[in-house]
Amino acid sequence: MLQSISDTWNSLSAYGQHTVWTTVWTLAITVALILSVALLTLWERKVIGWMQLRRGPNRVRILGMFPGLGQPFADVVKLLTKEVIIPANANKFLFLLAPMITLIPAFAAWAVIPLSATVVVSKANAGLLYLLSLTSMGVYGVIIAGWAANSKYAFLGAMRSAAQMVAYEIAMGFALVGVIIASQSLNLGDIVERQQGGFLAWNWFWLFPLLIVYFISGVAETNRAPFDVAEGESEIVAGFHVEYSGIAFALFFLAEYANMILISALTAVFFFGGWLSPFAGYLGDSALAQPNIGWLLIKIFIALFFFLWFRATFPRYRYDQIMRLGWKVLIPVTIVWIGVEMVMAWYKVGPWAKVALWAQ
Amino acid sequence: MVEILFYIFGTILVLGALGVITSRNPVYSALLLVLCFITSAAIWLLIEAEFLAVVLVLVYVGAVMVLFLFVVMMLDVNLEELRTGFTRYAWLGWLTALAVIVEIVGVVWVRGVGIDVSKSPTPTAPDYSNTLELGRVMYTKYAYPFELAAVLLLVAIIAAISLTMRRRPGLKVQDIGKQVAVRAKDRVRIVKMNSEKRS
Repeated sequence: MLQSISDTWNSLSAYGQHTVWTTVWTLAITVALILSVALLTLWERKVIGWMQLRRGPNRVRILGMFPGLGQPFADVVKLLTKEVIIPANANKFLFLLAPMITLIPAFAAWAVIPLSATVVVSKANAGLLYLLSLTSMGVYGVIIAGWAANSKYAFLGAMRSAAQMVAYEIAMGFALVGVIIASQSLNLGDIVERQQGGFLAWNWFWLFPLLIVYFISGVAETNRAPFDVAEGESEIVAGFHVEYSGIAFALFFLAEYANMILISALTAVFFFGGWLSPFAGYLGDSALAQPNIGWLLIKIFIALFFFLWFRATFPRYRYDQIMRLGWKVLIPVTIVWIGVEMVMAWYKVGPWAKVALWAQ
Repeated sequence: MVEILFYIFGTILVLGALGVITSRNPVYSALLLVLCFITSAAIWLLIEAEFLAVVLVLVYVGAVMVLFLFVVMMLDVNLEELRTGFTRYAWLGWLTALAVIVEIVGVVWVRGVGIDVSKSPTPTAPDYSNTLELGRVMYTKYAYPFELAAVLLLVAIIAAISLTMRRRPGLKVQDIGKQVAVRAKDRVRIVKMNSEKRS
């Protein structure tokens, strides 16, 4: 059996091997992501429950153990078996296309995210730009959903979401310009490699204001609380997905949580040294100081916890204040810090002391 | 392989562009234009212009078309009204189309002389960075044209804002600075009192 598999593998051309390898990795990442989303929904309800002195979901068990662990899977079965209602005057084609358009960028972005020094689907040189352009496409699903549903509430939600995402994309892009200046590369693998050293060598230390801006814009981009005016249950019922039911709604839900995981992973890669160990250089050659995919997963988990924490803590922003924060606070902060960083790079302060600027 | 992909994307691009101008529904037109941008980016990727391809998607699809789509969806376009006078002004449209076609053919023909356009570009080394090379010429050799383009865009922004900004009388605005500076003690009075004995 094993022999025949390896024979088939060797009979493939280099191109064929590459194709098979990429396909397998893509499938593995997609399945892992969907499972993570399922567990994240449960974890979110548990965490918010504990913060509000409740227990959270604790009824559905798996094999009679782990109270609550079966909840996300029960929810999936429920949503799958529900009817997908298409409103009478909706634009059917666009109505059904919208959830998919939201979902595709959330998954496609993982193509360039390095899980460790060698495990990455594509080592694209313009990886960071690819990510920015994909995350900016997510807004189409929301706009199309809001328009195609032919409902006033849905359209209001879409309108808010579009304005908000365009505004915060600029702050996010500027924050990433700072990361590019610090790492002198658009390749995500290189960005991590440039942060070699302990936790003080990571980008967050020198780019702290940009980290704050990036994470706030990330929360706004994913339409999460306290920036969830696109949904705004108390004002416009559920915003752009008010007319969606069953699995069509579940796709929006999946995309939102996949985007959360994506933003957390990006925060880990850009500002917290990706797969690098926080103790490198402090603990000598011990196992804790070695780079490991586990470090990346821990960092993603911590960043995700912040998303949940924000949701449980902050009240929803008023719409005009969201716009003010994006345009008048976050963007000036990034511009000032990029200026500071340019001065630091020119006089070779901090992380720029050891690396030469781009070859002339 | 590259040729096959080129023809696939080319077909989608041409069909999409035709759809943009023939579609009755302006929202469909805008969405098809998005499709055109994405397929153009894919074609640029085939000639190894990765930076241009990604920036096309980032700027046009991610920002410009979102706002465009937004406006188109908000407008209540009356098709009947749009169609009146179509035949009367048709000659102007044909004339413009003809001029544009002549210009495009001229440019493509002049630039194409002496170049084997049927050949795909020679593959570059794996460590070659399109972005780095582009940045290098843009900030050294073409620094002044680049700055000029930036200033031009700034002028356009200021012009657009000054055209659309007007102060309506009687408009009620919130002073956000005041709202942010407000403290709990300005609004809430906390009364401390001992709990009463249960009777």
